[in-house]
Amino acid sequence: MRLLTHNMLSSNIKGVTNGFPLRIEAEKVVEKTVEMNADFLKKMFEKIQWKAFIDASRAMGYTELPEEVDPTTLESDEFLSKFHHALLELHLEEGALVCPETGRRFPVNKGIPNMLLHEDEV
Amino acid sequence: MSSRPELLAPPEVFYDDTEARKYTSSSRIIEIQASLSERALELLALPDDDIPKLLLDIGCGSGLSGETLSENGHHWIGLDISLSMLDVALEREAEGDLLLGDMGQGLGLRPGVIDGAISISAVQWLCNADKSSHNPRLRLKAFFTSLYKCLTNGARAVFQLYPENLQQRELILNAAMHAGFSGGIVMDYPHSSKKRKEFLVLTCGQRSVNTSASSIKGKGEDGESWSDDESEDEENKTVSISDRHRPRKKQKHNKSGKGKEWIMRKKDQMRRRGNEVPPDTKYTGRKRKARF
Repeated sequence: MRLLTHNMLSSNIKGVTNGFPLRIEAEKVVEKTVEMNADFLKKMFEKIQWKAFIDASRAMGYTELPEEVDPTTLESDEFLSKFHHALLELHLEEGALVCPETGRRFPVNKGIPNMLLHEDEV
Repeated sequence: MSSRPELLAPPEVFYDDTEARKYTSSSRIIEIQASLSERALELLALPDDDIPKLLLDIGCGSGLSGETLSENGHHWIGLDISLSMLDVALEREAEGDLLLGDMGQGLGLRPGVIDGAISISAVQWLCNADKSSHNPRLRLKAFFTSLYKCLTNGARAVFQLYPENLQQRELILNAAMHAGFSGGIVMDYPHSSKKRKEFLVLTCGQRSVNTSASSIKGKGEDGESWSDDESEDEENKTVSISDRHRPRKKQKHNKSGKGKEWIMRKKDQMRRRGNEVPPDTKYTGRKRKARF
């Protein structure tokens, strides 16, 4: 699972008002190279919640990204390639996602998070 | 045996390892899935600006539909309830991110982030109650409301589906409309029962101006296009649908029997056909006593 997806994902348990962001417990992280597309990155930048994204990338062991950003930083190629790397090339292979409110763990195996809820959580 | 998989077993059970294997080995299934997803992507009518979009593939299964999305340069997130199918997707090196989840429990996604959603032959599974806790109406509602939330304004969702009957189609459509979607059904090849394909095309909020309504048209072999209006409704009425869930017609059983009138009519009928029929007497069709 890439951080792109992590940034879109929130906990869906009944009664949880703010299930975002899910905390990452990383056991194994892999990197896969993909082609960079600046337009897509700029578009996604508007949608990404930066704070959650930074925390997630730190949890995955990537610390190159700046804490504070504004739209002007997008002009820098150096920043874009770092952003690209963190957003699309880092994959959480094994580990877990933890709901910030209830502490419920969603295990991640082979890169697939198990988001199935128990019957009493629906 | 029924040819409808959703009547056999719940999806997470039906799509086991052997069934999932078919999705890598059968070139026919692969071809059908690819053409369906191609068409669904076409109906999504994404703005033509060469910027990759973030799409959602609901019931992505082995990632065949996602492959079409990747080929067109989009990023996608796939959701499926069957781990066996997702394993096949991993094997096929699907480029999108895969989630194991149940769409009937709602999609746990942040609001307003997804540029479009496709789903190939998946939504009709929601109409079944596979567990005692399942209520199809509530599950459809949970699914469509959560989908509506996570789509961006003006985004579309295209579902290819095989509704079992009119009621099922109505159930799905109603749930979608209640969630706030607008849209309708596009039918490709309505005159051919084998080739007929149904797509539910839903729009979330206001559509931007640059996409014209002309793109929502069904395909017909003779070049004639069918849009989702009256013509298609008429088509629906003429389609005969075999439905094993329909209760058998109960035979009318009258306590007092069929009556003298009915017997006379039948006897007349038989006589006209030249059959030998006993003569009408005062005993014909008389009432019996209760103890008889």
